[in-house]
Amino acid sequence: MHLPLLWIIPALPLAAVLMNLLIGDRLGKRGTTVLACGSVIAAFAFALRAVLHLAALPEAERHVEEFCWTWMRVGDFSADVSFLLDPLSAVMVLIVTGVGSLIHVYATGYMSHDPSFRRFFLYLNLFMFAMLTLVLADNYLLLFVGWEGVGLCSYLLIGFWYERPSAAEAGKKAFIVNRIGDFGFMLGAFMLIGYTGSLKFDLVFAAAPHAFTGAAITLATLLMFLGATGKSAQIPLFTWLPDAMEGPTPVSALIHAATMVTAGVYMLARSHILFELAPVSMEVVAVIGAATALMAATIGLAQNDIKRVLAYSTVSQLGYMFMACGVGAFGAGIFHVMTHAFFKALLFLGAGSVIHALSDEQDMRRMGGLAPKLPWTHATMAVATLAIAGVPFFSGFFSKDEILSSAWASGHYGIWAVGILGAALTAFYMTRLYVLTFRGSSRLSHEAEHHLHESPPSMIAPLVVLAVLSFAGGYVGMPFQEGGHAFERWLRPVMEAGDVVPVHHELSRGAEWALILVSVLVAFIGIGGAFQAYLASPGIATSLRERFSGLYRVLDHKYWVDEVYDRLVVQPFMAVSVWLWRVWDSLVIDGLVNGVGYTLELGSGMLKLAQTGFVGTYALWIALGVIALFLHFMR
Amino acid sequence: MIPLSWLIALSAVVFVIGVVGVLVRRNALVIFMSIELMLNAANLAFVAFASHMKSLDGQVFVFFVMTVAAAEVAIGLAIIVHLFRLRETVFVDEIHLLKG
Repeated sequence: MHLPLLWIIPALPLAAVLMNLLIGDRLGKRGTTVLACGSVIAAFAFALRAVLHLAALPEAERHVEEFCWTWMRVGDFSADVSFLLDPLSAVMVLIVTGVGSLIHVYATGYMSHDPSFRRFFLYLNLFMFAMLTLVLADNYLLLFVGWEGVGLCSYLLIGFWYERPSAAEAGKKAFIVNRIGDFGFMLGAFMLIGYTGSLKFDLVFAAAPHAFTGAAITLATLLMFLGATGKSAQIPLFTWLPDAMEGPTPVSALIHAATMVTAGVYMLARSHILFELAPVSMEVVAVIGAATALMAATIGLAQNDIKRVLAYSTVSQLGYMFMACGVGAFGAGIFHVMTHAFFKALLFLGAGSVIHALSDEQDMRRMGGLAPKLPWTHATMAVATLAIAGVPFFSGFFSKDEILSSAWASGHYGIWAVGILGAALTAFYMTRLYVLTFRGSSRLSHEAEHHLHESPPSMIAPLVVLAVLSFAGGYVGMPFQEGGHAFERWLRPVMEAGDVVPVHHELSRGAEWALILVSVLVAFIGIGGAFQAYLASPGIATSLRERFSGLYRVLDHKYWVDEVYDRLVVQPFMAVSVWLWRVWDSLVIDGLVNGVGYTLELGSGMLKLAQTGFVGTYALWIALGVIALFLHFMR
Repeated sequence: MIPLSWLIALSAVVFVIGVVGVLVRRNALVIFMSIELMLNAANLAFVAFASHMKSLDGQVFVFFVMTVAAAEVAIGLAIIVHLFRLRETVFVDEIHLLKG
């Protein structure tokens, strides 16, 4: 019981991947299911054991490192494969394995009719391996291995139904957009090596306050943040996430809501010592987070595809997490990562259950009135909607409120205002989704009505577990507690490590109550407004849409961001590529290579005329040669 | 005693006749005979110099040359016979497959 056995947590899904690859065809569907779910559940068990071990340690010693082997050593620089468990990675590893296990179980039901059942779980387990490597790494290089690994799995799973051109395109888009961010992250990591001589978290953080100064650390942190904007879908690199909804719904829940997209937030929280040294970067993070939160929320108002609403909602919620990091409340950001993992995974799985029940219908305009037909899905989705809308006593309320009050307390009043507006919009569009899907009269097509059925128990059980977590998960972060709430106390060894102690902004009790009151108020306004506009008198929504048709068009077209990027980035890039292909490659490079060939061919063509095949000619040449030599030596 | 220069002149004349024969004749057999002429021109030069310098070395060389010439004739005639069987001609300008 002394060894925490960290390496086994990522190794278990990897072993399942290898077994699935080697003998998967002999295991059959049942064997694959047991293997895939078993390995992740076992990883969860080992993670739980390791975290309990960690919790038993005194607070100052909660920092377990496990060295496996030295990966590479170049001069003074060395990179190890070694794992780190501290309160921060403990939270992440429990989220990843816990929510991951539930989604694996759900996927066995959801994917049961898919012919590529085995391939799906292969990718999903590979993702678990990469994600666990990411959160357990004790240096930036190993973190980057996991970072790229989850990117690859994301690409593979978005394009899982690769025979659909849109899915293949979406996978490609996600991969390429992420590459831009990864490029920034790599440059940031190079700067860390350059200034601190290491990539190991401890050494970097210990060296940073002395080695790093002024503009250098601002640039390094901004480059790392660029990596985070790619992975976590923030402005300017958020466009891939809505398209990623082409993947199977369990993938959307696991990768594009609960775990992978929060990797950027985790990375920022992990590097909080560096960011605290660079106040400019912090401001940038906060502003980008707030802008993303608001922009994505407004786009979410006008979408009709149930999964796309959730995708924009995810982008928006990730914006809140970055907003928290930007105002210095990294703990609040991680808290929101956790609650968001619960309720957003639940929303996606619930949406998947609806889609499954309606034979792959995703358009909310052809849903409605499903509450009595899908009682379990309806009840759990309702819990998740209340949680994300920020209704008191549900988990999302606690985490979102902590972010907003941190923003206010640190003096970012503008950011707070944007956050409040975003919260109202969140409540509105989520209620709109709920009403359009479950309430009102049925707008189902005749065929969908005929096949309508509640999902199997393997899909309902994870929904129920997640619903309980979505409700209760927030109570570790109750406000109004002396010395911070339980979650904050748990993260304290990480968040207050290093030379720079984060500034604490204590709010008076009255101010905190007032802020809570405001956020509750906007949540209810949003919910009430959506009920009024879409259920009580549906005419309001239509007349609003007609009154503000210009605004609606902007939102419906997602601010034309994709089109602008296409015009500004993709098309010039394509033009340059075509020029490189047509001119540089076809003419210059091919010209050089072919030119050498043509020259030799021409030369030998002329030389071969000398070879007539007539013996007499050769004899003549020999004779002339002899005469020439003769004359030469006689001279 | 015939002067050395006469003998060398004769050898040169015979050699040139052989060279010209190789160059201008089309029949492989005649070319062959012309080659023999050139060899014998060389032999004549050897013998003339040997006699002039009172040395046996030149005489010995001539035997070697004659041996080589005999072997060459054996192989060459065999090639020509096979060539004739294959292509029914011994004219070298009709046999010009080996070219670029």
